[in-house]
Formats: sequence, structure tokens, C-alpha cells
Amino acid sequence: MMPRMQKFGEADRRLLPEGRLAGPMPWVIAIMMFLTVLAAAAGLGLGNAARSLGAGIGNRITIQIVEANPDFREAQARIAITTLQHLAGVRAIRRIESSELERLLKPWLGAGGLEADLPVPVMIDVDLRADAYGRLDLIRAAIRDVAPAARIDDNAQWLAPLAKLINALRWLATALVLLMIGATAATVVLAARAALDTHRSTIEVLHLMGATDVQVARLFQRRIALDALFGGIVGLGVGAFVLVLIGRRVGALGSELLGSAGLPLGNWLILAALPAGGVVLAMLVARVTILRALGRML
Amino acid sequence: MRLVTSGSIVQFENVGLRYGTGAETLSDLTFTLREGGFSFLTGQSGAGKTSLLKLLYLAQRPSRGLIRLFGEDIVTMPRNRLPGFRRRIGVVFQDFQLVRHLSTFDNVALPLRVAGVDQRDLETPVREMLNWVGLGDRSSARPATLSGGEQQRVAIARAVIARPELLIADEPTGNVDPEMASRLMHLFDALNKLGTTIIIATHDIHLLSRIAHHEMLRLDRGQLADPTGALRNPPRRHGQ
Repeated sequence: MMPRMQKFGEADRRLLPEGRLAGPMPWVIAIMMFLTVLAAAAGLGLGNAARSLGAGIGNRITIQIVEANPDFREAQARIAITTLQHLAGVRAIRRIESSELERLLKPWLGAGGLEADLPVPVMIDVDLRADAYGRLDLIRAAIRDVAPAARIDDNAQWLAPLAKLINALRWLATALVLLMIGATAATVVLAARAALDTHRSTIEVLHLMGATDVQVARLFQRRIALDALFGGIVGLGVGAFVLVLIGRRVGALGSELLGSAGLPLGNWLILAALPAGGVVLAMLVARVTILRALGRML
Repeated sequence: MRLVTSGSIVQFENVGLRYGTGAETLSDLTFTLREGGFSFLTGQSGAGKTSLLKLLYLAQRPSRGLIRLFGEDIVTMPRNRLPGFRRRIGVVFQDFQLVRHLSTFDNVALPLRVAGVDQRDLETPVREMLNWVGLGDRSSARPATLSGGEQQRVAIARAVIARPELLIADEPTGNVDPEMASRLMHLFDALNKLGTTIIIATHDIHLLSRIAHHEMLRLDRGQLADPTGALRNPPRRHGQ
């Protein structure tokens, strides 16, 4: 009958009564996990949108040739494109086709197409390298020299407020996730203390039999981890269901910006790992709480 | 290595115990329990017997004085070393302190589980012990369904299952019939002969006559009534 490593085994887990340790704790964790999943998904989605926005507008300018005479307009467009092709730091030049312009203007002008005498500006999207974007005034001057009717819009300038809003929302989502982690930890602390009070007489007997604090803490850790796992899976399941529903609604809107806030597989894997993180957090918090409480007993 | 000073397993020197800011419950206790001895602790209700036992089974630290247990000073010992000492002690509590949600079997197996004994290794000794105390057929019963005497026998079985070096019993025969009391005293005697040091707190004067070579400690209002030791080491009768 040689004693082995001093920890309670499979059959000894019933040293604490079966069933949930602290009543509502799994459900509170489920709610926390649900909110954490939503906040984390929002943070990840907004991060994707910010990256997409950055990729779309980063260092991009749009040149409009606003000239009523179609011949002059076309001539200035051609020379502007030629000039751009010879400028250092220009990565891509794309003249927006009239069909695309027609599609963009369709909500305002109807489906009848652009009339021949309607002076629609020529639009040219230009992607610049970062160094060239830093010399935007020189590019602006070079274009105006050859195309006086050119208006140059820095896309980043008018999309900057949107980018700032997205970044602010990302920080907010991150803060919410951190708050949820804190609230979950506080819930576990309260549950662990309640469990200790409930089982104080059993703990005293175990101590007098020679159980170490770590042995006793392990019993509680395991039970709290199971409660946290249950709550985490329920919270993740409901959260994922809600996210799928929201995703379908966003998809139906057909918005490019909202669509870019979608969650790729990697993001879903991060969300799926949240319950595991919750279990680890709950176990650590429970262990520290219980060991500190036991340390005050003889 | 178990170091026991000059054959004594317990040494008290000028030990006092005070709960909170009240008067001392125990005062100036100085005595030793020799290794392998069998001692009775007597005294009226409120004399401090249970408090003295709490000091012995490490549920309480004294307010003053020195206590050496198994040769080591346990007053200043860090608490993380106490579990190792507690495993060398078996305790029969006056109120039994059985774990309510555990079966009789699991209550008796508790010290073995705490010590890390495998489930397959504890089945036989626990069953044998339950049979010995007459509870072989109640192994799955919960404490609430047992009579006072049965609970007491479970508490005794739990205290002795791990073959402790020091057995401390607080009124161990208070709730059992005379026949069972006699059997339990035989069990204690047999354990004592195997080397277990035993101290029993009791009101029952008849118990004292059942153990031939006992020592006696008598407490009176928190103090030893026999500070010279003459009473706790009575002269042996001829032939003993």
C-alpha cells in the first residue's frame, strides 16, 4: 500500500458533493462569454475593415477632369495619364470606365444611361507608393500643369474620419473584452469563496486528515473549470449563432465596407478558443483565491 | 527520519491557550507522552480536555509555551509542514466530524485518499476495518442514516485505518454499548501494542480499568491536577 504522489485521484473527486458548485456561476459565465464573443468578433471584424479600408485608400488619390467640353476633357485626361506614367512612385493608374461611372450615378440619374451632352468628369484612380504620397504637392502641381481642369482628391483625407471611428470602435471592443475578462474573474472569485464557505466543514476535516492546501484547491479547481467550460460553450454557441445571423443581414446589404468587416476562418478559430481561455482563467483565479483563503486557516 | 526526543512523542512545556482576549483555557501545561504509551485524559466538563486535544492534533496553536511533537517544535513550524505531521495522527472527534455527503466507506477511506493511496489498494483494508467495527453491511450508508453509535464506530475506523503513530480520541466510547466499547478498547490496545501512542479523553472511569499499563492526565480548570506526574504514572502493582 505504497503512497503515490499526493493528489486526489479519479475516485476521490466525490470528496466534494456532486453538482454545480455555486448555483448560477455557469450561467453568469455563459452570459459573460456571449458578450465577450460579440465584443471580440466586433474587434476582429473592425480590424479587418480597418485593414481593408487602409488597403483601399492607403496612398490613393482620385483625379477628376472637370471640363464641359468633351474633347478638352478627353485630351486633358490622356495627358494627365501620360504624365502620371512618367512620375516616380506611381504604382497603378486606373481610369474609371464610363460603364462603371454609369453604375455609380445610377441611383441619382436613373437607369436610362448617361446622356451624351451630360458633362460627366473623367475619373482616374492613382495608387502611390508611400514615398510618392509624401510628395503629393509635387504630383498635384505636375498634373495641374498639364491638365488645368484636374481636381485631385486625397482619398485618405475624406476617409480619415471613418478610419478613426473604426479604430476607436476597435479599442472600445478590446476594452469590452478586457472588462468581460475582469468580470469573469470576479465572478469566479465570488463563486470560489462561496464554495469554500459551503464546504468549510469538509475542508476542515480534510485538513485535519493531513490534506495539503494544493490537494484541496485541486478539488475546487476541477469543479470550477467544469462550470466555466459549460458556461463558455453555451456562451460561444449562442454568440456564434447571433454572429451568423448578423453576417447574413450584412451580406444582404451588399455594402463593401460592412462586407469587409466579415470574419475569416482564422477569426472564428480565435473565437472558438475563448471558452478554453475562460477555463484556464477560471482555474487560475480559483486556485489563487482558494489557496489564499486556505492560507488563513491553520 | 522520525526524531523523538528521549522516548517522548509529545512534550508540553508551560503551554497556555487563550481564545481571543478571554482568560486562559489552558495554563502552564507541562507533561510528556512517551512513545508507545497509552494515556487517559480525564477531567470534568469544561476542564479543557478538548482544547488540549486540539493542540495535539494541530487544530490550534498555543498562546504560549513550547510543544514538541515527534521531536519537532510545532509552535513555530510553518503551516505548510503541518499536513505531514497530521498524517501521522489519527483523531476520533467528540462530534465525529464525518463528511455528510460521503458514504461510510468513503469516510473511512479518507485518510488513505489524502495520503495518495490508490483506489485498488484501499478497498481491502477499508472493507476489513468496516467488518471489524461491525459496519460491513453499511458501507454505502450516509452518516445521516447511521445511529450515534454507528457514526462513532465510523469515526474510530477512520482514525485508525492509516495506522497512525499517535491516536487521539475524544470520548470514543460515549455512544456505543458496553460490548462495542469493550471491542473498541481491545482495538486501541492492539494498536498500542503495535507501537501506536494513544491518548483518550474520557469521562468513563470504567475504561481506565480495561488498559493495564496506562498513564493518566487529569485536567482541572485548564491546569494539570497532577503536576508532579505521580498520578499519571501510578505505581505498578506487583506482577505488572
